[in-house]
Amino acid sequence: MRGLRIYAIAYLVFLYAPIFLLPLFAFNDADIIAFPLSGFTTHWFEELTRNAALQAAVRNSLIIAASTAVLSTILGICAARAATMADWPLKRPMMGLIMLPLVLPEIIVAVSLLVVIVQVFGLGLSNATIIAAHTLICMPFSIAVLNGAFQNLDPALEEAALDLGESRWSAFRLVILPLVMPGIISSLLISFTISLDEFIIAFFLSGANPTMPVYIWGLLRFPGQLPVVMAMGTILVALSIILLTIAELMRRRGLKRAGLKDTGGFL
Amino acid sequence: MPGFFVLLRIVLQGIKPDMLRGRLTESGKRGLVLISPPFAYALLLLAVPLATILLFSFWTQDYLTIDTTFTFSNYTEAFGDPLYMALLRRSLLIAGAVTVVTVLLAFPIAYFVSFHVQPSRKSLWLFLITIPFWTSYLIRVFLWKVILGYNGVLNSSLIGVGLIDEPLSFILYNANAVVITLAHAFAPFAILPIFVALEKIDRSLLEASLDLGETRVTTFLRVTLPLAMPGVVAAVLIVFIPTIGDYVTPRLVGGPDGLMIANMIQTQFLKLNNAPMGATLAILAMLSVTAVSLVFIWLNRRWLRGPK
Repeated sequence: MRGLRIYAIAYLVFLYAPIFLLPLFAFNDADIIAFPLSGFTTHWFEELTRNAALQAAVRNSLIIAASTAVLSTILGICAARAATMADWPLKRPMMGLIMLPLVLPEIIVAVSLLVVIVQVFGLGLSNATIIAAHTLICMPFSIAVLNGAFQNLDPALEEAALDLGESRWSAFRLVILPLVMPGIISSLLISFTISLDEFIIAFFLSGANPTMPVYIWGLLRFPGQLPVVMAMGTILVALSIILLTIAELMRRRGLKRAGLKDTGGFL
Repeated sequence: MPGFFVLLRIVLQGIKPDMLRGRLTESGKRGLVLISPPFAYALLLLAVPLATILLFSFWTQDYLTIDTTFTFSNYTEAFGDPLYMALLRRSLLIAGAVTVVTVLLAFPIAYFVSFHVQPSRKSLWLFLITIPFWTSYLIRVFLWKVILGYNGVLNSSLIGVGLIDEPLSFILYNANAVVITLAHAFAPFAILPIFVALEKIDRSLLEASLDLGETRVTTFLRVTLPLAMPGVVAAVLIVFIPTIGDYVTPRLVGGPDGLMIANMIQTQFLKLNNAPMGATLAILAMLSVTAVSLVFIWLNRRWLRGPK
């Protein structure tokens, strides 16, 4: 099966082609993004530290992503825990609605929320509106990650804690929470990453303060600023790889703790 | 709103009688309590907004005032205007092409990782496949523009090698560029479900098929492929549905011939200030996506039935 292996490597080249170019242009000493490269510079990274508007956008995005991660993980814990319980009326349609954003084009979520917030309630757009929308689209991902963690739990452990006199809440806090912690951390990281990179919804719902992708979108029309965008992209790639590696290690540790075999991937 | 009561009745009929008589198990009750916050959240921020744009699509807007008389005029306008219909048709065609290309390119990779990579190294491969996907989407799309451009990376290297004499122009600012860029953006979404389906295949079935005289090719076609179909169907839907709603890629690399319905929805809402028309187009886009998806699922129903 040598042909298949060659194809796999060619495919990886296709997947990584744009990402390889990113650092090339970030360190390239030219205003335009094209070959041939002209020389090495760290100028664009220095520019990055001086650009106040960009820093504000980054700060904004970090606040939004962190709030989204926490909210969607908390709601995800509720839903994933509920999914392990016995049936109640309308369990499937309820779960279906919560998971619906997975199969809904993002622009639909964006415009429907825009209409409700602006035209119906007459509210202004702000970071809060983006957080609300991002939580909605991250929740299904959190649930998918947490479902695995909660389904791997041995119910006997909670029963034992209850028999030994713990209340439901303290049994949850002392027994269940530590066991599902790797799942919670993966859920936090995945929602954080999705929110940080989300553009379509943020573009519709951002108020006076743009998020980082919205700011980048604006820059893409001013070619002079593009190398700065490349520099920032490089930093982002490095950061996401670090975050993802942590998430992956956490997931593996969680599997090991639950005594399961590794079956691969986050999704 | 008679429709609402009909809906309510259907919903109530779904509740089994003993559940209403308080025979909900202890565990079921706790489940209901736990699901309430996420469900209320989805109800308020998803179901209500979707119902609202449905309502809006039957209203009209004159500059800033919204006329709330019920009318089908947006729909007649949408169906009558060749521009809207052309955009919708093109969106479905491009999304279809993106889906076919993405899934065809992804299948051999999923197959390779599942069947030809040692079990201990499978998660490393999956990790390698998912990493590019977690980097800024906007920047990735922009870099495709750099790669595919007239003086771009691809053209300069092809000329450098001597394969072509002048730059290829059919790869940027048209539908081809949209297909290439999106096939890249959705690659992991297509690979993972197919991989999961392939992993589930009992390898002894393949041995049995070979023992019974099938060749490798016929074994693949008659055993592996049918068993992998649920994953392929999932991959198709996961790629097709969000592609319809994309407006970044068409705007950046699509040129005038690559624009899609989402670009028009965006224009209606943010530039023309015509929310009802935007809502109508959003509803039409959603309906066509749902219709295509349901037909696709129906066509593949015989592969999707689980083992009896």
